[in-house]
Amino acid sequence: MSNDVDNSRRKFIAAGVAGTAGLVLAPGVTLLDMAHARPAGEAASSAKRWGLLIDSTKCATGCNDCVTACGKENGVASTGHPETDPQWIRKIELKEIKSGRSHSLPMMCQHCAEPPCVDVCPTGASFKRADGIVLVDRHICIGCRYCMMACPYKARSFVHEEHEDQNPDVPRGKGCVEACTLCVHRIDKDQQPACVEACSAGNHGAMLFGDLNDSNSEISKRIATFATTQVRPDLALNTGVRYQGI
Amino acid sequence: MINPAKRRSVLGWLAASLLALLLAGAMPATAQDGQGGHKLIAKGDKCVRDVDFMRRNHMNILKHQRVETMRKGVRGSQDSLKNCIECHVNPATNSVASSKEDFCMGCHSYAAVKVDCFECHSSKPKASIVGTHPIIAPGQQSEGKDKQSGLSGKIPRQMQAKLASLNMGEGVK
Repeated sequence: MSNDVDNSRRKFIAAGVAGTAGLVLAPGVTLLDMAHARPAGEAASSAKRWGLLIDSTKCATGCNDCVTACGKENGVASTGHPETDPQWIRKIELKEIKSGRSHSLPMMCQHCAEPPCVDVCPTGASFKRADGIVLVDRHICIGCRYCMMACPYKARSFVHEEHEDQNPDVPRGKGCVEACTLCVHRIDKDQQPACVEACSAGNHGAMLFGDLNDSNSEISKRIATFATTQVRPDLALNTGVRYQGI
Repeated sequence: MINPAKRRSVLGWLAASLLALLLAGAMPATAQDGQGGHKLIAKGDKCVRDVDFMRRNHMNILKHQRVETMRKGVRGSQDSLKNCIECHVNPATNSVASSKEDFCMGCHSYAAVKVDCFECHSSKPKASIVGTHPIIAPGQQSEGKDKQSGLSGKIPRQMQAKLASLNMGEGVK
């Protein structure tokens, strides 16, 4: 009974917002999906587990759109010292030596369900949020870099240089370890990670973001239909990032 | 000869008044308290708590909120550092910590307490505040200051208005 009331209210509010702001792009497609945003003040819940599906067959060699978008969103830019520049996402080229078949894919924090970086962290700075996003709490990180050694994906970087003019949503500074946050500040606003947005904006469609716990989500349906792989499944880390076509 | 009880109470009063004096010195109250004082730049219309409470406890509120946001993902709280910056940014520098005139550094440099928030956090609001200040509407500054600045009763309203406009700079007009 109460569900009915909620639904009708939601529809009414959504219709009002869409009508007044002109946010309807096409029937059924809206720019702002008001109904799904987590209300301000509500904590992330383990009912969701955010994940990524990357289709390497659609990921073009030489295309760097995701890396560029990540750098722009999170302020990860070259400091002029390429050996020590932080790297949240990188493109790698794979080649099967016998057949010569090569393909390209982005590699970043795999947001493991059993993250080794969290296991080894001596201060508790490395942690996994309720919705499966693995993060570094910079207030507590002492920059020891054990997590960098523990990560089988080489996903983490140490910040060697001082930073200024950070994105207010993405604090970064010298002396801490950092990695892909899955654009947690955007997810909390019900937006997609910057890399995924850039990939679909460029019509590549190689990255899909969604809730792995929701069997009706696009990502879950794709994983249930097609053969997808985790990188290093032998480690049984249950990664949140999965790949297709590798 | 003063009896011991009386002496104790006199000593108590002395200690209390000394403590009050010390506290008054250590808590640089407001704007124009003259020598060594500092300007509270870009005060909002109404802070998230009482000003006296904020002077003593802002660090605890920020620390509590940082855990909520970082660990649990609670966003949009009025206690967030981002929200503080939105309100307290100095229009002249578009920052809360780039000079001693800015809101955070005004107190922290006076009290010689190092603030390391801004080694990672941006001291600037996301968008330029010119014309878009979330709380202070043009022409509303002086009234806002009356309620909470602690200046009330010390200097006349017109002077407060003038100070407010000085503090606010031209940016929000």
